Amino acid sequence: MNVWDWNFAAEILPALLNGLRVTVIATVLGSVIAFALGLVLAVLGRGPRPVRIVVRGLVEFIRSTPLLVQIYFLYFVLPGFGIVLGALTIGVLALGVHYATYTSEVYRAGIEAVPRGQWEAATALSLPRGRVWTGVVLPQAIPRVLPALGNYVISMFKETPLLIGIGVLDIVGQARQVGGENFRYVEAYTLAGLLFLLLSYPAALAVRRLERRRAVR
Amino acid sequence: MENLGTFLSVLSEGLPETLTATIGGIALTIVLSLVAGLALLSPSKTVRVISRIYVEGLRGTSEVVQLFWIFFVLPVLVGFQIVPIWAGVLVLGLNHGAYGAEIVRGAVQSVPRAQYEGAIALGLSPAQRMRRVILPQAVVEMLPPFNNLFIQLLKSTAILSFVSVNEITRQAQQVLVPRFNPQAFEIFMLLLVIYLVLSLIITAVMRFLERVAAARVGRRPSAEARRQAAGAGVA
Repeated sequence: MNVWDWNFAAEILPALLNGLRVTVIATVLGSVIAFALGLVLAVLGRGPRPVRIVVRGLVEFIRSTPLLVQIYFLYFVLPGFGIVLGALTIGVLALGVHYATYTSEVYRAGIEAVPRGQWEAATALSLPRGRVWTGVVLPQAIPRVLPALGNYVISMFKETPLLIGIGVLDIVGQARQVGGENFRYVEAYTLAGLLFLLLSYPAALAVRRLERRRAVR
Repeated sequence: MENLGTFLSVLSEGLPETLTATIGGIALTIVLSLVAGLALLSPSKTVRVISRIYVEGLRGTSEVVQLFWIFFVLPVLVGFQIVPIWAGVLVLGLNHGAYGAEIVRGAVQSVPRAQYEGAIALGLSPAQRMRRVILPQAVVEMLPPFNNLFIQLLKSTAILSFVSVNEITRQAQQVLVPRFNPQAFEIFMLLLVIYLVLSLIITAVMRFLERVAAARVGRRPSAEARRQAAGAGVA
């Protein structure tokens, strides 16, 4: 038996691409949650002292513990509270919340980099609190942190295979399935790895270019 | 809460595997980071290209895929099966070593040029220059980002449950949850707290090493480096 069978590789490619679609969907939706929730956490992290302590504590806790365990946590614990969700939904939620704790640190750095004078000027103009954030601080903070956010999207893309733990048929789930049916893993896992590289490497190069462009300006 | 003792004892049966994977993975990560990181700065183009391929290849693919590849594909190619825990250590080390290589490269490059020139003026050989002058200063810069990397590695040990290593996550998910399903909340909270404690231990050790390394080159640990590291170092 050959180690590599091109016919078999061609045969399983559609299934893998199908899995890739699930992986990309999970990454995109997870990123949307991570970007939005991360911003909320970053802004709350600058709120009154009790709020700040709770938010920082929560962020540290989620950051320091494995995403896989958090996925299991949601999967097994939520039904006990009467919340029954599909596996992919739970996966997206877990990815989003976990990465929100990373993006909140990124936003925080961006917000801290906005010069004090901007805050003072906003106060002098007696802008309402909401306008200070949406009109002055965030428009300066967010463009600066875009490359860092992009890096986290790529990281998340590479961590979506953790969802196989709760039975989501992402690219690795598909590879495991078609590999197991035929007792041939070489093609399945090699192709899965190549597909990851094919998407994440150009994305990483693009983010690096964005980083350099910002550094020059 | 009545089963807390049972939970704790079943989970702690998985601790040796988790600790082996973490410590073994960290050891391999340190070696590979230094070798590949310095290779990225090598004067030889061949060495640079090889280390670049290693770094980009491992950073560009998913850790789970790498684990399954080593566990299911490599045996077909080389003809023998690797013990799951060592396959795990290998993947954790290879993967995080690729990230660590960039940390080492960045830290070595951050040492001011004048230090190189001074070392050359003193007539030190290239090896002495690196070992006596450049690395001791670079290590101070490396430690905060390595702290993050090691915590990432600790968190990654959970994926070894996919290849039937009986570490703490597998103990929870395969042994405890089927038997005590209504208490899933307590089981996973306990598991998360164990990971939190382990990551706090890693941070405490790294902070101590930061102080030692900084004192050796006559500096205080730089708050700046730690702040920069806070955002970086994600698998």
